[in-house]
Amino acid sequence: MSRRTSPVIPGFGLTLGYTLVYLSLLVLIPLGALFLKTTELSWAQFIAIVSAPRVLAALKLSFGTAFAAAMLNGVIGTLLAWVLVRYRFPGRKIIEAMIDLPFALPTAVAGIALTALYAPNGPIGQFATELGFKIAYSPLGITLALTFVTLPFVVRTLQPVLADIPREVEEAAACLGARPLQIVRHVLLPALLPAWLTGFALAFARGVGEYGSVIFIAGNMPMKTEILPLLIMVKLDQYDYAGATAIGVLMLVVSFILLLAINLLQRRIAHG
Amino acid sequence: MTTAPLPVSANARATTTRRGKQTARRLLIGAAWLTFALFLLLPLLIVLGEAFKQGVGAFFTAILEPDALAALKLTLLAVGISVPLNLVFGVAAAWCVSKYEFRGKSLLVTLIDLPFSVSPVIAGLIYVLLFGAQGYFGEWLSDRDIQIVFAVPGIVLATLFVTVPFVARELIPLMQEQGSTEEEAARLLGASGWQMFCYITLPNIKWGLIYGVVLCTARAMGEFGAVSVVSGHIRGLTNTLPLHVEILYNEYNHVAAFSVASLLLALALVILLLKQWSESRIARLHANAED
Repeated sequence: MSRRTSPVIPGFGLTLGYTLVYLSLLVLIPLGALFLKTTELSWAQFIAIVSAPRVLAALKLSFGTAFAAAMLNGVIGTLLAWVLVRYRFPGRKIIEAMIDLPFALPTAVAGIALTALYAPNGPIGQFATELGFKIAYSPLGITLALTFVTLPFVVRTLQPVLADIPREVEEAAACLGARPLQIVRHVLLPALLPAWLTGFALAFARGVGEYGSVIFIAGNMPMKTEILPLLIMVKLDQYDYAGATAIGVLMLVVSFILLLAINLLQRRIAHG
Repeated sequence: MTTAPLPVSANARATTTRRGKQTARRLLIGAAWLTFALFLLLPLLIVLGEAFKQGVGAFFTAILEPDALAALKLTLLAVGISVPLNLVFGVAAAWCVSKYEFRGKSLLVTLIDLPFSVSPVIAGLIYVLLFGAQGYFGEWLSDRDIQIVFAVPGIVLATLFVTVPFVARELIPLMQEQGSTEEEAARLLGASGWQMFCYITLPNIKWGLIYGVVLCTARAMGEFGAVSVVSGHIRGLTNTLPLHVEILYNEYNHVAAFSVASLLLALALVILLLKQWSESRIARLHANAED
């Protein structure tokens, strides 16, 4: 079944076997249990659970805020990647090193920090209060929390691609009379778009499943600011394992479709 | 006296473009600084500000309290078990993916990345379904008096799950890029498999390995959702540091919550430094390879 390209290099059976056993025990079999548990439900029961108004509200909120956060990251991530790759300026190294802070910082810490910042009496939240709206305890707060935890994705996927575009291509376009906006549209955009989409999808997928940073800032009001992962938690606390499982499967199926889309995109980048 | 109109206008246009470029440059750098300050610096500063609101004494009381120390110990235990296990897995997985061609390889790579696209809450849920009192193995386990969920083993399992891909993900592209010619040469010169691995492969992948371990440690130390589902939240027993932060915060003990949070923040900054360091070593390796 398998073709070994390097017959002199040992360890194929050992490493592949170990990888498969480890993955099966830790990831695949437990995830299988999730799907096995859903088979205890009839199709009608499953539909009834996932189409309950509270679930649909959470679904809309989770995917909506994750999408908004990924979009916001698409803008500020592109800005940061561009500035970090193209310009040399004081403090560049600090920004470069700190971009990954959201990946290194525990999400619970991010959650309470952002809540303190955006709460109605917080340093930024009080300005919103004066203007008559809320940041924390509203979908806007959830979006900002998701933007923080997924900030590195777009920056880090764009940076290497941006660094690889030869400056000569832009200069050539300028010499041929292209205006700056034309250069952006016809030279930079086509080269950056695949990586941008990858970063966007990664941020979106992570945002949909994110829990730790969101629950502090969300306020967790059913129907209003309750995200899907929290709803799973609520069902678990009520010992409603079937309900938690059904929502889990729903999320997993959507995540799987996203992962598939990311992989297809990456393949297209590699071959085009 | 008549100057050709074309060069003048071209010249003028070049000057405006240059001036426009300078303005754009300044604007973009300013915007980047503003974004950085607003999105990254402020959250960091507010953690420290809230932690030291009531002085250094309150800070040390909060982080030296027995429950906080127990949480620190449990976090270190979870990191200490999950990082080495995922390190060995990462090397094995990267080895079979990068050194051989076989059918289903891209499926395997997708499966390795799978935990990244599973919500942490689901990662906790699946172990409850397996090992919880009502789970598939619940009865078997309770007959033998073994507790996994709502106990330390569950916390370790959940941490293991969410950190599976980190080392493999760093090593696979690195080892694919390096190829296997050096290993083949070592083998043809009579090295044993183990010698080849220790003297050729390991030095080649050292910095990528460290990089992966650093990222894996960060996630293992900070995991919240998955651990929260399986923890049971028993103070001093099944609380990790992030869960301890949550409990203190929900008790409106904000100074203590932010004190423990700033301890985690300090660890995160150390991790960033280590990451920066291993990254620069990888960059140097690349530069040497190109020379």
